[in-house]
Amino acid sequence: MDGVHDLGGVEGFGRLPIEDNEPAFHDDWEAKVMAMRLLMGAWRKWNIDAGRHSVETLPPADYLTLTYYEKWLASLVFLSERADLITRDEIASGVPAPGSVKSSPPIDGPGFLALMAKGRPSERAPTAAAKFALGDQVRTARHMHAGHTRLPRYLRGCVGEIVLLHGTHVLPDVSSRLTGDEGAEPLYGVRFSAREVWGNNADPKLSITADLWESYLAAA
Amino acid sequence: MPHDHSDDHPHALLPPEPALRVKAIETLLVEKGLVDPGAIDAIVDAYANKIGPQNGAKVVAKAWTDPAYRKWLLDDATAAIADLGFSGLQGEHMVAVENTDQLHNIVVCTLCSCYPWPTLGVPPVWYKSSEYRARVVRDPRGVLAEFNVTLADDVEVRVWDSTAEIRYLVVPQRPVDTDDMDADALAQLVTRDSMIGTGFALQPGGA
Repeated sequence: MDGVHDLGGVEGFGRLPIEDNEPAFHDDWEAKVMAMRLLMGAWRKWNIDAGRHSVETLPPADYLTLTYYEKWLASLVFLSERADLITRDEIASGVPAPGSVKSSPPIDGPGFLALMAKGRPSERAPTAAAKFALGDQVRTARHMHAGHTRLPRYLRGCVGEIVLLHGTHVLPDVSSRLTGDEGAEPLYGVRFSAREVWGNNADPKLSITADLWESYLAAA
Repeated sequence: MPHDHSDDHPHALLPPEPALRVKAIETLLVEKGLVDPGAIDAIVDAYANKIGPQNGAKVVAKAWTDPAYRKWLLDDATAAIADLGFSGLQGEHMVAVENTDQLHNIVVCTLCSCYPWPTLGVPPVWYKSSEYRARVVRDPRGVLAEFNVTLADDVEVRVWDSTAEIRYLVVPQRPVDTDDMDADALAQLVTRDSMIGTGFALQPGGA
């Protein structure tokens, strides 16, 4: 989707909010939001791609003004309601619906710390030979689709060079739909000169490298 | 996804103040038995107190002092970093990129805020900001100036946009006059920003 989250190269933004000796969290609630969003993910009703899509489909004005952990909270509430883990009445009242059965959490603290250490790799066994090799020139798609994608707008319709072969990875465009299909396909590091992306006045010593899936690319 | 208006989004049902909003949802999730409160505490403790840029600093200091490890890190960062114990969630697939006199690497995630949690912890506000994500792919030297970092005009700049589940760790240049320092002392010079590419490693004795 051509969403407001797709910020690369958007002009008009000012100085960075740099803070010396910044703490990991500015308030306890920020850390709790992070923890709850990770823990609710353990119900396996959504995945990282659907989670990202839920943030990028926030209303654009909210996306630009809410803080990071406010966005995560909005996403947590949205995903939990959509998965029927909580209801709108429960969100509004703050208490479980009368007569609802209390669940048993799918994971405890030690269980989650073990999962954290193990991670959730996105690499899968290859199902087909990679179409491109190191050094190949490729052109990115000009048009994408209304769903979740990881081809940024500023890199569309650009010619770049394959510089890294990452193996076969879950394709977010498919996985975010939560159909059970992961759509895994070869993933490449693709390098673009700044002049290709931003025009001839760009810094000739600057490049941008992004990790892009095979279906985003065509031979150039 | 079908939420076009702010009023329709379920988070609009929560109290306006973030701390109260979070308390309300925490109470609900715990009372419904959807999350274990002890697990909330365990995750908060891990990311607030245990996992942070001190982990990545150990990786960089080892690469500075152990040529075989440096080669391993640049060839297979996932395995080399896991060997020091810093693997897992949001660090499943790692690539290390090394700065030199002629090359400077900078990492961003323009689409969200992807960041290598096991080595750097949770990202700072500026990394997640619209300002950084919008500007650094177009004008990295302008962004670096805000960190008081200036590169010579002939230095190549590579920006890495973390669009997939590959996470990037910058290996900054080792400061000069540090030949007599061991890895533990060198790790103290490796800042978070130097491993994102918006800073240099510190000089010994401050600065």
